[in-house]
Amino acid sequence: MRWGPRNGARGRSPGGVAALLVLADGRFPAGGHAHSGGAEAAVAAGRIHDAASLEAFCRGRLHTAGLTAAGLAAAAAAGLDPLALDDAADARTPSPALRGTARRLGRQLMRAARATWPSPELDALAAARPRGAHQPVVLGLTARAAALGPPDAAYAAGYEAVSGPATAAVRLLSLDPFDATAVLARLAPELDQVAARAADAARRALDEGPGALPAASAPLLDIAAEQHATWSVRLFAS
Amino acid sequence: MGSGKTATVAALCRALRDQLSLAVVTNDIYTREDAEFLLRNAVLPPERITAVETGACPHTAIRDDISANLEAVEELEEAVGPLDLILVESGGDNLTATFSKGLVDAQVFVIDVAGGDDIPRKGGPGVTTADLLVVNKTDLAPYVGSDLARMARDAEAQRGELPVAFTSLVAEDGVRPIADWVRARLAAWTAAPA
Repeated sequence: MRWGPRNGARGRSPGGVAALLVLADGRFPAGGHAHSGGAEAAVAAGRIHDAASLEAFCRGRLHTAGLTAAGLAAAAAAGLDPLALDDAADARTPSPALRGTARRLGRQLMRAARATWPSPELDALAAARPRGAHQPVVLGLTARAAALGPPDAAYAAGYEAVSGPATAAVRLLSLDPFDATAVLARLAPELDQVAARAADAARRALDEGPGALPAASAPLLDIAAEQHATWSVRLFAS
Repeated sequence: MGSGKTATVAALCRALRDQLSLAVVTNDIYTREDAEFLLRNAVLPPERITAVETGACPHTAIRDDISANLEAVEELEEAVGPLDLILVESGGDNLTATFSKGLVDAQVFVIDVAGGDDIPRKGGPGVTTADLLVVNKTDLAPYVGSDLARMARDAEAQRGELPVAFTSLVAEDGVRPIADWVRARLAAWTAAPA
């Protein structure tokens, strides 16, 4: 799982695992708390109504949007050109509402990242995309700034893809928080697989370009996000 | 909740907009209602009012994770140029709401007499530490059986030297005590920039 220097990735500094905990912590102040990852729309449509349906939703999101985000994040951590990855993220995000959300969250993460792990690469991306780059790209570059490797970035992106909806479901449904956390724990083995797949794709993308990265999508998430963006009364921004 | 925060923001805008370059960021709980109230009442031009969505937790957006609010402030400054004063309003949800020092220079905490005259005595971070405590709707005190003198005594016991303003926004120029306090703070900052 570790990347050798010959792959163009930076090695982990001693204690690097702890940096991953900081980055993946749900309390990392990067704006994610105001977003439900599609859970609010799915709750309203009745598709999430209990722990089992939350698990099905999160599993779907993990293997689609989560895998795609993890690939982009791993590639950014591996040192691929973040602007090319930003274009690749646009190409993988058909919903204008979700593009807007991704750039907004990317901008917010950028602010937290530059304060937390200052790096010239983060500064350069912030200057090139002042309105925000796609969040997974910023996440990957943040991981790189924190001396984490591409698999770590993939883990952070994949975990975020499921932890966001799970937290939101607790607020939206008054779901038992133990049940929601158990959902995340049951998905852990699949998150391992997704992170490995994403990191593997990122390794290939170093030679083959961003086209080698996963492009899985969930049409229902895209459609629901477009609808959700038009609601006048909602708890979450997306 | 319902203590008159948005009405206070509106009154402050009216009182100060001719002298200062102002903008407002609202943190609503589940709608853009506060921002829309301010827009509807035309207290400021629309490009000076913006709403932040808070994921059901306005206190998180003003304290633990201020990203969206900082971004909103930046966008306002990009849109309308340098600002003298930005009012960041939090949705009313609890007595422990405090603003991060990374987001604001000073916090005003608004309670009202109808919420119970024991709120100052109960204390809590908002009542105890806010730079200005506002006790609003003093005109209602006789009707809800609230003892203003007791509220003032309790507030002083909790807050020591920190100021308290008693207001009734239905009165002519009722926001004056808050507006004067804001002007004094601004004058102090201008004299000695942080």
